[in-house]
Amino acid sequence: MTPFVVLEGRAAALMLPNIDTDIIIRIERLTGVSHANLGEFAFESFRYREDGSADPDFFLNKPAFQNTRILVAGRNFACGSSREGAVWSLMQAGIRCVIAESFGDIFYNNCFMNGLLPVVLSRADVEALAGELTGGADMAVDLRQRCVITPSGRVVPFEIDPLRREAMLEGLDAISSTMRHAGAIKSWQARDRQERPWVWDTGRSLEG
Amino acid sequence: MRPRTFFEKVWEDHVIERLAGGWDLLHIDRHLLHDMSGAEGLSAIEARRLQPATPELAFATPDHVVSTRTGRTGASFPAGEPGWRTLQRRSRESGIRFFDLGEDGQGIVHVMGPELGITLPGTTLVCGDSHTCTHGALGALAFGVGASEVAHVLATQVLLLRRPEPMRVRFDGDLGFGITAKDMALHMIGRLGAGAGNGRAVEYAGTAVQALSIEERLTLCNLSIEMGAKIGMVAPDDRTFDYVRGRPFAPRDQYWDQAVAVWRALATDESAHFDLDESIDAASIAPMVTWGTSPEQVVAVDGPVPLPQSFEDAVKRRACEAALTYMGLTPGRPIAGTPIDWVFIGSCTNSRLSDLRAAAVIARKGKVAPGVTAWVVPGSERVKRQAEAEGLHEIFLEAGFQWREPGCSLCVAANGERVPPGARAVSTSNRNFVGRQGPGARTHLASPAMAAAAALAGAIVDVRRFVA
Repeated sequence: MTPFVVLEGRAAALMLPNIDTDIIIRIERLTGVSHANLGEFAFESFRYREDGSADPDFFLNKPAFQNTRILVAGRNFACGSSREGAVWSLMQAGIRCVIAESFGDIFYNNCFMNGLLPVVLSRADVEALAGELTGGADMAVDLRQRCVITPSGRVVPFEIDPLRREAMLEGLDAISSTMRHAGAIKSWQARDRQERPWVWDTGRSLEG
Repeated sequence: MRPRTFFEKVWEDHVIERLAGGWDLLHIDRHLLHDMSGAEGLSAIEARRLQPATPELAFATPDHVVSTRTGRTGASFPAGEPGWRTLQRRSRESGIRFFDLGEDGQGIVHVMGPELGITLPGTTLVCGDSHTCTHGALGALAFGVGASEVAHVLATQVLLLRRPEPMRVRFDGDLGFGITAKDMALHMIGRLGAGAGNGRAVEYAGTAVQALSIEERLTLCNLSIEMGAKIGMVAPDDRTFDYVRGRPFAPRDQYWDQAVAVWRALATDESAHFDLDESIDAASIAPMVTWGTSPEQVVAVDGPVPLPQSFEDAVKRRACEAALTYMGLTPGRPIAGTPIDWVFIGSCTNSRLSDLRAAAVIARKGKVAPGVTAWVVPGSERVKRQAEAEGLHEIFLEAGFQWREPGCSLCVAANGERVPPGARAVSTSNRNFVGRQGPGARTHLASPAMAAAAALAGAIVDVRRFVA
């Protein structure tokens, strides 16, 4: 996973509630083998008009937001489908941090598997921050100090689980970390095979 | 001992190690793999030269990216072929049970698991699909994960998690005539909101939930994620045990009684604490239909399309305006009578035998209206075969519906099947998101009977009036 320590850059606000992962990336963009070039399809249905041309009103198509690194979004951001392509497409579009009042639960977990930082702030803080971003402005997110520095220089602290923060700062690999517990897993399973044998008895034919 | 919820009992039964900071290493008993995230997860561990740690606990079947047209193969939708092939090859190489197209067992993962007895009460189950909460209907602790977590479970058979907060939604009283579990769920989401359960474990309780069949409970739990909940569950009861008994992977012989004794003890203790506790009067629920682009944007079928100014919350007002523009609806007009172009009966929400029977009761009353395209996509090979044995397919075909092969199809439109741009669909699926059924497609979610009635009427219609 790509580590995340401090991020400075352009920020944009997209303040609709319940922006779902279907909007972030259409599933058909994920059916093939290759998951490269997903960035150009991020927010496809908002970003392009029916004839395929770029909608000049959408933030990613405006010159001021060409290099957006931080997205400030409405509540329940990335609800819906579990597709990890939502995270991949945002990252490939250059976005490394999303700030919202709340997130879809699976998306939130997927972020930490890939190095995209989801930051939860209060509704008032999110709205105030969005208000500072209208014309295009730069800001910073400091995971080490657990704070957001708004374009006007206000420092807004945020909370994050310590284990998740450490994994992000170090770019730790989840599978390798878990494999350190292989012994405990094996003994739990050995005991469970005795206690709940029906869970393990899966060698069946459908006709039987 | 502290009184515990049903969810907490199942959770604690699966904690291998309790780590610092509230993190638990949780054992995963069942892992379902499909042709998108399943294939991605299998490829990811292959790239790391890892093997599935416990292949006997994983089950695979293609559903998302395969065509559902008659005579299909895994290659009928070319863009989906690599996912199907990867799932097939890697499952077979690593000893994972794989149910291929045309074989008994194939189907939408959330239809296949319960019907084969793979999903069991008191087990933990994951799948790289957000609707994995469906399996909670059988008393399993089940939730959706992303592709990286699929790879993680394949490689380790565990996940590192913080325990979600328990929430309860009680439905008491009797459902009215023609009201289904789909209406209960949409009513709940409309009232509580699409983010009301964010990350939580919801237990559904109350007399109206106990009275539901298992297939209806599957529909109710399926839609938990549309309220943001990670998990939706119903404590197992005799109805659950009757459903599970005799299924191919259900406990047998001496294990059956042993398992049922364990399962019975799982019910929520009296006075156990729920972080959030909601109560809904089942008798107040009408047939529901969505008007917007979030499942929370829903009304009773005899109600009006809302006026944006009726929302006090400015954010909801703005969302209402955007949704009405996308949906092409006039605020204040009755939702019933809105002309439609497409009907989709299928998906992990509503494609089981009882759903198809309910739709067929309506379908036998007439013909699909001119200009309407109506599809019935059974949830699994097993559902399809049973429906055909009962002659349901003939009723649908006679009425002018298409009768197709099992898969996710128009619910997620990942397999080349789409509702055309601008077309209005009544769908028994779970999401009315922008572009969900195809770019520009307009989706109204409803129950199978409501969808069948809409197909015949050529418009959104109150199924109660239709039957009477």
